[in-house]
Amino acid sequence: MIDITIIGGGVVGCLIGRELSRYRVKTLLVEKDSDVANGTTKANSAIVHAGFDASPGTLKARFNVEGNAMYDRVCGELGVPLKRNGSLVLAFGKEELPELYTLMDRGKRNGVPSLELLSGDEVRRREPRISKEVVEALYAPTGGIVGPWELAIAAAENAVDNGMELMLDSEVTAIDRIEGGYRVTAGGRTVESKVVINCAGLYSDRIHDLVSEPCFRIIPRRGEYFVLDRSEGSFVSHTIFQCPTPNGKGVLISPTVHGNLIVGPNAEQVAGPEHVETTAAGLKSIREAASRSCDGVVYSAVITSFAGVRSTPDTHDFIIGEAKGAPGFFDAAGIESPGLTSAPAIAVHMSGLVREYLGDPPPRPDFNPVRRPMLHFAQLSGEAKAAWIRKDPRFGRIVCRCESVTEGEIVDAIHRNAGATTVDGVKRRLRPGTGRCQGGFCGPRVVEILSRELHIPMNEVRKDRPASVLLTGLTKTATGE
Amino acid sequence: MNTYDIIIVGGGPAGLAAAVEAHKSGSRSILVLERDRELGGILQQCIHNGFGLHIFKEELTGPEYAERFIQELESLGIEYRLDTMVLEIRDDRTLDVISSRHGFEILQARAIVLAMGCRERTRGALSIPGTRPAGIYSAGSAQRYVNMEGYMVGRRIVVLGSGDIGLIMARRLTLEGAKVLAVAELLPYSGGLTRNIVQCLDDFDIPLYLSHTVVDIEGRDRVEGVTIAKVDDKRQPIPGTEIHYDCDTLLLSVGLIPENELSKSAGIRLDPVTGGPVVNESMETSVQGIFACGNVVQVHDLVDWVTEEARKAGHNASRFAQGQLADLPADLVTRAGLGIRYVVPQSIRVGNLEKEVDLMMRVTEPCKNKYLTVRHGEDIVKKVRKVHLTPGEMESVKIPIDKLQGLSGELHVCLEEVAHEA
Repeated sequence: MIDITIIGGGVVGCLIGRELSRYRVKTLLVEKDSDVANGTTKANSAIVHAGFDASPGTLKARFNVEGNAMYDRVCGELGVPLKRNGSLVLAFGKEELPELYTLMDRGKRNGVPSLELLSGDEVRRREPRISKEVVEALYAPTGGIVGPWELAIAAAENAVDNGMELMLDSEVTAIDRIEGGYRVTAGGRTVESKVVINCAGLYSDRIHDLVSEPCFRIIPRRGEYFVLDRSEGSFVSHTIFQCPTPNGKGVLISPTVHGNLIVGPNAEQVAGPEHVETTAAGLKSIREAASRSCDGVVYSAVITSFAGVRSTPDTHDFIIGEAKGAPGFFDAAGIESPGLTSAPAIAVHMSGLVREYLGDPPPRPDFNPVRRPMLHFAQLSGEAKAAWIRKDPRFGRIVCRCESVTEGEIVDAIHRNAGATTVDGVKRRLRPGTGRCQGGFCGPRVVEILSRELHIPMNEVRKDRPASVLLTGLTKTATGE
Repeated sequence: MNTYDIIIVGGGPAGLAAAVEAHKSGSRSILVLERDRELGGILQQCIHNGFGLHIFKEELTGPEYAERFIQELESLGIEYRLDTMVLEIRDDRTLDVISSRHGFEILQARAIVLAMGCRERTRGALSIPGTRPAGIYSAGSAQRYVNMEGYMVGRRIVVLGSGDIGLIMARRLTLEGAKVLAVAELLPYSGGLTRNIVQCLDDFDIPLYLSHTVVDIEGRDRVEGVTIAKVDDKRQPIPGTEIHYDCDTLLLSVGLIPENELSKSAGIRLDPVTGGPVVNESMETSVQGIFACGNVVQVHDLVDWVTEEARKAGHNASRFAQGQLADLPADLVTRAGLGIRYVVPQSIRVGNLEKEVDLMMRVTEPCKNKYLTVRHGEDIVKKVRKVHLTPGEMESVKIPIDKLQGLSGELHVCLEEVAHEA
């Protein structure tokens, strides 16, 4: 029997796995998809929130502020892109001022540092594209932007480097209580462990209900986004929010850590977690809402649009802790916004709860919090590039021309711990295919490299999840028919 | 630092013809840089025929067309490098180049010819609603998989966009046993060549829906269905006109975009309409000594015209490298008037013309029986009667040098009505 099974490889599950890998425990993370970070983690606003949105006293408020403060260190150790670009919440007209002051007040009570109210003119001085209608804004210098899937992938890799086991393509179908723990059936295999941590995101209510009486429901809420070419990446420098509504934080305009511009999301309850489709109406509503903040977003520079589904809990707050009547079964559920920001703090908290349950296992003396750095070849000096190519000629072969990603980097991303097994997996680790051609040129090359490195035929290489086959077979010409 | 008289970025049809022509014009120190593992560019995956009717007066396949230039290049002993990527070009005509073989290098050229070609417009650029499953391909990527790798991209296929590659692929996939259910085109006319509509769609009973677009894509993992709908004159879908297809693949052939990231790095001025560098009569860009040709300048419909344009660029790059191209101010700028979308070149230095200038252009919409007129003020410099004009087919007007001597200011190109003839 192992010590801990974590269900779900989103940012929360991966960071919990990493926290626990600091200690002498045997941990397994099971993920239903072919990669970590494949659900809500890969499709959200990618914002590190300052922490003025949540009501004081809630878990959201606590973990948001704690998590925000941890980001520099976590991202530094894991080599994840992070930028403290600061955020602005805009008030359009006097009637929105009370809401703005409420946010200011909440922020102070939550412990958000350095909040500041700016006049409309001052806002436009700092951010010239902001609408003339803005009368005042709340400025939070601790607001930031991050690579969310990079964070989850890096945490998973670092956890595996430190002894965690990762099992992909393993959907949990049953959890049975056994003497001293649980038997988890996932991907046709069974694992016995003392502790189970439910980080199943959109499916966390279903997982919870397998062992404990139902006490919360996840309401899937979809948000749609536009991503614009890097030519538009400096359209604004801060993350620009509008005053929140009961439906969420409203439509934001923000640079991304990758240098693009992101516009979205809307918020719409959908029938199930799988509804990640975008809609004409949704995309239109985002354009309209965003035009209130700043006019002149160049939508002809859109390189992609996408939708993510949030795990909104019907309890309105994160659900974190041991489930009722199920000793050793812990929930980290309902992690909607500010979930990404909160994740590092949730992980530390959960690690504490689990270790207490397991009788305080000792730390691993050889734990290494630093992940082997990703080689960002494009950013190296000419001399360093030359040196790397001499060492391994595959670094001299550019596969993705939009993002200048080399074959050497792709091979490395496949063979790292928690490495890429799919085209999207490569893309999320290195960004080939996220540029303006959206994989038009590099797609076939990436498929070829995956096929070669994973020793699978080309037509078994998948885009993303197990059923997302890219090629349907050989041509007649190839088979000689 | 390694120095060449002429460095050509791209070994596709434009780069090859430019290199050969530069050699014929007297240059010997020439280097062609190609990112792929062979020369020929996108022609290597265009295994259908129809290439070369103008240049060679015969019908060749893409690889055959490329091969003629590759052989000529090799017989002339022109140096080229494969698997080689240019990372940056600066306005002092130095280039950062990497390859497995030579590592990272900075090269210096007297003249550079840009011949990077173009890329395909993507689904994202269109913001097509729906899911994002496997099975959505740009027509060119699908062509690479099918023709070069030997893999099928799907079995039941809907094509959005009636650009030439999409039409060609509709036929290719049909011949490979797939069912192409429909081709939808947003515009009320096709952007492809008429011969391709006939030979690739009509001959295989593939329906073409004009003024239609994709309004939904279904399928979480792999495409399971695509819905198209008719659009109104503002290109907005009309409710109630939806047609749904059960299919596993959506091919996009929705336009090509000149690939000018390197041009931007050199500070070269781009034309907002063509998406390519602004060029003069010698195919020289706004940065002296950097020339451009082929699809990086403007998207061509026939490779033959790419070859012609590239010959001009290669010839003039060679003249420049030999100090024979005078550094003159532009005498004339060209302007696209009524019915014309753009004109290339954008400026003319009459003193550098050898015989004539070839104005290339596209019309804004299909029309019949018009004069294509080039005016200088009120004066008609050239007037050509055209029976049939369509945006999918590039037009060109040649103006001999003697008609331009002494002119300055604007050359205005427009469509004019043909007076009713009794």
